[in-house]
Parts: sequence; structure tokens; C-alpha cells
Amino acid sequence: MNWRRLWAVVIKELRQLRRDHITLLMIVGMPILQLVLFGYAINLNPRHLPAAIADQALTSGSRQVVMDMLATGVIEPVKDAESPQQLMSMLRRGEISVGVVIPWDFERRRALGESSVQVLVDGSDTVVQNAALQLAQMPLTYTPGSPRDSSIPLPELPISVVAFYNPQRVSAITIVPGLIGIILTMTMMMFTAVAIVRERERGNMELLIATPVSKGELMLGKLLPYGAIGLIQTSLILLSGVLLFQVPIRGSLLDVYLSALLLIFANLSLGLLISTATQSQFQAIQMTFFVFVPSILLSGFVFPFEGMPEPAQWIAELLPLTHFIRLIRGIMLRGAELVELWQDWVALLVFIVLMMVLAVSRFRKSLD
Amino acid sequence: MTNDVEIAIRARNLSKTFGRLRAVADVDLTVARGQVYGFLGPNGSGKSTTIRMLCGLLTPSDGDIQVLGLRIPEQAEKLRQHIGYMTQHFSLFTDLTLWENLQFLAAVQNLSRRQASLRVKELLQEYGFAGRASQLAGTLSGGQKQRLALAGSIVHKPDLLFLDEPTSAVDPESRRDFWEKLFELADAGTTILVSSHYMDEAERCHRLAILDRGHLVADGTPADLTGALRGRTLEVSAERPRQAKQLLMQVSGVISAAQIGNSLRVLCDEVGDCAGRIERAFAAAGMSAEVSATTPSLEDVFVAATNEHKAVELRGESE
Ligand SMILES: Nc1ncnc2c1ncn2[C@@H]1O[C@H](COP(=O)(O)OP(=O)(O)O)[C@@H](O)[C@H]1O
Ligand SMILES: [Mg+2]
Repeated sequence: MNWRRLWAVVIKELRQLRRDHITLLMIVGMPILQLVLFGYAINLNPRHLPAAIADQALTSGSRQVVMDMLATGVIEPVKDAESPQQLMSMLRRGEISVGVVIPWDFERRRALGESSVQVLVDGSDTVVQNAALQLAQMPLTYTPGSPRDSSIPLPELPISVVAFYNPQRVSAITIVPGLIGIILTMTMMMFTAVAIVRERERGNMELLIATPVSKGELMLGKLLPYGAIGLIQTSLILLSGVLLFQVPIRGSLLDVYLSALLLIFANLSLGLLISTATQSQFQAIQMTFFVFVPSILLSGFVFPFEGMPEPAQWIAELLPLTHFIRLIRGIMLRGAELVELWQDWVALLVFIVLMMVLAVSRFRKSLD
Repeated sequence: MTNDVEIAIRARNLSKTFGRLRAVADVDLTVARGQVYGFLGPNGSGKSTTIRMLCGLLTPSDGDIQVLGLRIPEQAEKLRQHIGYMTQHFSLFTDLTLWENLQFLAAVQNLSRRQASLRVKELLQEYGFAGRASQLAGTLSGGQKQRLALAGSIVHKPDLLFLDEPTSAVDPESRRDFWEKLFELADAGTTILVSSHYMDEAERCHRLAILDRGHLVADGTPADLTGALRGRTLEVSAERPRQAKQLLMQVSGVISAAQIGNSLRVLCDEVGDCAGRIERAFAAAGMSAEVSATTPSLEDVFVAATNEHKAVELRGESE
């Protein structure tokens, strides 16, 4: 490794990047745009959600609850229903987004301080889910005539919310850490996947391999500048996550960056490997999607890891994003330390070394 | 070996096959140090493939190569800092400035920072880019690009320079300037191997090899090559050149007839009574024609060499 030559490659990459305005815009724009899209979609305060109410109690107390709910303006009854079963099939058919069940023993439950009203929501829609949570925080008005035993404490949330289709209750807080991983996976892998293929397509590679520059210098020279860009993207997402959505960083910031750095290099080295195995930029981009889509679906970002069938879990273990999501959620949300989560960062390290070895050994300084 | 010092390139039985195509077939080549050696051949004749094998960028299917005393491709990595290679297609970075391109090449060619900035300044000056250091390479004209590529291939002052069709997309004046630069480099002791499909350029080389469909069909100094054809080239002036050409092609012994203005340039297969036969054929056809001898050109050499090679191949196939 010759430092002067390595540095020359790094500087060359940075200079080329500086003139590539679209890519620059992507680097800065994409993280912010994604974050705002994901984040605000979740934080929206919806009104007039189509709803149906099954009041099985039909007491004055239950009618009062219904009135209070409608008064919030969040839900609007569009259908009549008598049983929770009916509500569920309406939900499934998409006719309503929210179903409210007031059980026949409503008065007794309320007197005992149990949760007395059930709100069924279409959990596949985070907006709706959020709205339902809002409903759940509504205090139940005390109606005279139904004496209440004051020795029994009121439940924290008198209305219990059951979310279908998204039991994890993804919210901005859980989304933002994962989003760092998603954005880094998408951009980092793409950068290096096209980096070498592009030089081959443009004919630069023939010039480069005829010079004394080594394989390692060429590859590392591409990793380092993009690695720095990955850290900038990480900072952008973190900063906007904290400013816009008050996402907590309960663990140490250094651990957050170290985890990000591991994911960055995992994706960059995978991109390099893709670059050595493809003939055109188009092929390279297709290959990155081949990795990117399972990363989103299987990493635990969308679906809970534990709920996946075993073969899917094995595949997920091979994806860098899975390990990163565990690390970053642990550090940012649970305040865990990086050392405690050693299995995941060791997995990422092994991945990086493996990809680099494969990429460097596959790359030939020849045109054969 | 004593003469290794004077030999820059020596290749024996050099061959390269791509699938079923023999792009280069049994090429023997010797290039002495300090020479400007030309590779002449039409598109697809294997010039680029041969050059790439000599640089160690392609692995030969067969044959031995020694370049500057190094075995290629085994010692290719050692060779890199001693050679310059200008690719057929512009391969500098179009999104870097002239200065950035040359600085980059200087660095990867192991020049120190000080050396690099001096050398780049000097090259920009010498190659007519003074004051344009911060222009993007992609915005240069065809001739300027070639000049920059040449400058880029010699930042490290290589002993041996490979140039693959450096002037194929360049106007005549830029071509002249370009060759001016090549001779300056040659005078300074650089061995140059340059491929081309322009005859006038081939004529300037100290020595040249003619490639045709992967085979080396002739090599020697331009004077030797044209001298060997003395007596076989004729000029025929006739009234209706197009009909005259058709008639000529039917005369036995005529290899080719090319119209040049109002006259025809004829190449015969051997020194002999070709002129006599042509005159008799014209007389028989009731046309008047004037036949005179003319000095052979490299174009004739090229036509003769490829024609003879074709004949050998045909004979080989029929056996
Ligand atoms: N990488 C390759 N794969 C397959 N065929 C090739 C390759 N490179 C060159 N060829 C073929 O080899 C022949 C010689 O090509 P080339 O050396 O580029 O000729 P020239 O430089 O004289 O125009 C051509 O028919 C070309 O199509
Ligand atoms: Mg060529």
C-alpha cells in the first residue's frame, strides 16, 4: 500500500463527486426527504377516519362514551355494527379504519377499573394507529348513576387498543434509527457498485490498470471517500430525527457512529464485490436491488424478526442491515452499549473482511 | 544475451483467441530501442489486442513476450512504471480538469509531490495548454484530447511508449503536430510503438509491421517494403477510367487497380510483362491507354501483402 497513490485515488474520487451535482443532491436530499416522509406520515393528526361502533352495552354510560368519541372528530361512523366479528370483517375489507367495541359488561368493567372499551384499528396504516392511540388517551367521563368504587384505581388507559397487521407499533422513534440503516444501505452499496463498472464503461480502467496503482489502492481509494459521505448522511438523519421528532439517543453517540461506520463499510465492500462481478452500471444497480429489497423486508425494520419463518431468519442473519438495526435500536432506544451487543458488530466485521477479500481477489489488473 | 540491451520488445508466436476468433495469430515481432515502430492494419486486424498483450493487460493464448527485458505477463507489474500507454479511446477523466488529470497520473506513477507539480506545469506548457489548466478534459476538442492523453502517458518519462491509433479522430494539422511531438520523444531516447491505419503516418516510422486479420503479413523499413515492389506498380491513363478499371481487373497478373483522379494505379503480382498484357487488352477492347511505371507506395505494400497472405490462406485451405 503506497499512501501517496492511495491519497491520489481518494482525491480524484472526491473531485469527481464534487462535479456530480445530482449525486451530491441525492446524498444530502435523500436522507432528509425520507425522514420527513416517514416521520410526518406517522405524526399526522388525522380526522374523520371511517369508523363503526358496536355498542353491546347500550347503557346511558356507554352512549356517553360514544358521544365523547365522536366529539373528538377523529372518527366518523360510516357503518352500523353489532359484534366485534362484524367490525373485524369490515376492517379486513377496508370499509372502516377504526372499529369501537363497547362490551355488554361495560358498566361492570368500568366499575372494576378494567379497560372497558376496545378500539380495533387497521394497524397496517400507521396514521390510523396513531389516531387510535389518541382516542385511547381520552378520559372516560364519569356518569352519575353508576356508582364507582373509589378503592379501585382507574386503569392507565381506560380504552385498550388492539392493532392488527402491525403489532410492533412502528413509530417515528423506532423508524428513525432503522432509517439510518435503510438509507446507508441504499446509497452506500449503489456508490461502489457502480464505481468500478463505470470506470470500465468509460474506458478509464484500461488507463488505470496500465499504471503502477495497486488493486488495494484502487479499492480502498473508493471506500474511504464514500465512507466519509456515509458518516455525513448518518449525522443528517440523526440531527433531523432529534430536532423534528425528538428521537432519543439513550446510548453513547460514539457507539451510534461506530455502528454506522460498520454498516457503511459492510455495504461499500459488498458494492465493490458487485462491481467486480458485473459488466454494466445497469446490471450493478439491479444487483444492489437484489440485496436491498430483502434487506428492507427481512432486517426487522418492517416486520418483527421473531415473527419470521426460520429460513427467512437465516437469510436475515446474512444481511448487514439486520445486525445494524439490532445495534442501533439497542443503543439509541434501550441505551445499550456497543460492547454488550458484540454478536452483531462481530458479524458486521466478519462480513466486511469477507467482502473485501472476495472483491480484491476477484478484481484483476487485466482486461481478460 | 548481449543484444537484449538494444531490444525493447521481442515477441514470438504471439497469439490470442477470443472464443473461436483468432484475433492475433503467430505474430513474431522485434522492436529495437529508440525506434518509432509502426503497426499498420485495418480495423479489426488485431493491433489493439497485440498492444494490450505487450503491455501485460491481456494474457496471450500462446507465445512468449519480453519487454524491456521483463517476461510478460508474469512481470507485468514491474513493467508498468517503465511504460506509457495511450489507449485507443480517450481514457482520461472527462470530469477532471487538465491539471487534476495530470496530477493524478503523476501521483499514481510514483512522482513525489514536488516532482509532480513541476512536471505537470512543464507538460501543460509544452503541450500547448498554458492557461487552460483548469478546463475540464471533457470539453477539449478531439485533437486536444489526444495531445492531453499523450502528455498523460509520459508524465513519468517512460522508456517505452505504446500508442494505439492516437490520431484516428484528428484533423490533418493536429496529426502533424502530434507526430512532431512523437519525434521529439524519440529523439530523447523513447522507444515508440504506434498503431495506425494512415499510410502517410506509417511512412514516418523507422520500421513497421503490417497486420491483416491477426497475421503479421510484412515488416521492415518503409524503404525496404516499398523497394521490394519496384517494377510492380504501374500508372494507366485512359479516357473512361471506370470502364478501364473493369477491363484491368480481368487482365491476368493484376492484383488491384485503384482510380486516382483520371488515371489508375495498378499493382501487378510480379515484375514482368504486366504492362505489355495491359496494353494488348486495351487494344483488343478498342480503347486507348497509356501505361507507365510508377514508384511503389506503402498503400501498394499493404495491398500486396494482404493479397499474398490471402492467396497463401486459400492454398492452405484447399490442401
Ligand atoms: N475482448 C474481446 N472479446 C472478443 N473479441 C475481441 C475482443 N477484443 C477484440 N476482439 C476482436 O478481435 C479482433 C481484433 O480486434 P482489435 O485488436 O481491436 O483490432 P484493431 O485494434 O486492429 O482494430 C476484432 O475482430 C475484435 O472484434
Ligand atoms: Mg484498435
